[in-house]
Amino acid sequence: MKTVYERPKVLTDEYMKYCGGCGHGIINKLIAEIIEEENLAEKAIMIWPIGCSVYADRYFNVDSVCALHGRAPATGTGIKRALEDNLVVVYQGDGDMVSEGMAEIMHAGIRGEKFTVVFVNNAIYGMTGGQMAPTTLMEQKTSTSPQGRSADNAGFPVNMAEIIGSLHGCHYSERVAVNSPANIRKTKEAIRKAFKYQLDGKGLSFVEIVSPCPTGWGVSPVKALDWIGETVLNQYPLGVFKAPKEGE
Amino acid sequence: MNRVTINEEICKECEYCITFCPKKTILKKKDTLNKKGYYPAIAENLEDCIACGICATVCPEAAIKVEKDV
Repeated sequence: MKTVYERPKVLTDEYMKYCGGCGHGIINKLIAEIIEEENLAEKAIMIWPIGCSVYADRYFNVDSVCALHGRAPATGTGIKRALEDNLVVVYQGDGDMVSEGMAEIMHAGIRGEKFTVVFVNNAIYGMTGGQMAPTTLMEQKTSTSPQGRSADNAGFPVNMAEIIGSLHGCHYSERVAVNSPANIRKTKEAIRKAFKYQLDGKGLSFVEIVSPCPTGWGVSPVKALDWIGETVLNQYPLGVFKAPKEGE
Repeated sequence: MNRVTINEEICKECEYCITFCPKKTILKKKDTLNKKGYYPAIAENLEDCIACGICATVCPEAAIKVEKDV
């Protein structure tokens, strides 16, 4: 028998506290697979945010820190500058990054910090009960926008991959999604590329992942994936927004 | 015969594996609950399985192991 797939050893046996169908589970798994395949377990340092993924240090057999709300890029800056040879991965959700921690991620990009940011965008505050986030789509109903988000009092969604990609300090910025097997594999390759750029000593590598939150959106997990394809990707188009030039 | 092993105790019934499996006869929901209160996915009719690994790719819990008979 040849093993096609088995649970990566970088993941512990801890029961994941995510809801059924949560994109965090898929993305955690992809990061663990890459760390295992590239043999980076001894080198990797994960910085976890506040949010649904706050317990993720228990799921990984690698060194981890949990940062203050939104401050993961600041913590990552300190660790990466002190331990240049390690792989520093900053993992953030959209409420954590775009609301509380907008200043930290912007300045990490402006300074061209040499770590990788994995940004999980599910257009809602998942952990606290499905409130509106800066990334919530127009007209999207959440527990704090029961009539749907309106521009009059809540403004417009934020496209982080484009914003970070426009900064000179950013080496690589791409938006991917985890709504189908093909897109999940593309997501894995995008994260792998980001890790490679970091290990080559390049500037900030940023991967935004559009991810389902079935509980927050109030739909079944399979419907949540459909909704990403039909609606969310119109606001958050997939693509590479900053790619290194040839030979860089 | 190819083998699909599912850790039923950590399955959360998201149905991604059932939805994306290219062979619709293999994965289905069990009719009894696991300890956490979900109806977990189970694999049967494995003679149809082509060991593509899509069920394992989409599983958010990393609960599925796929082995190919060579």
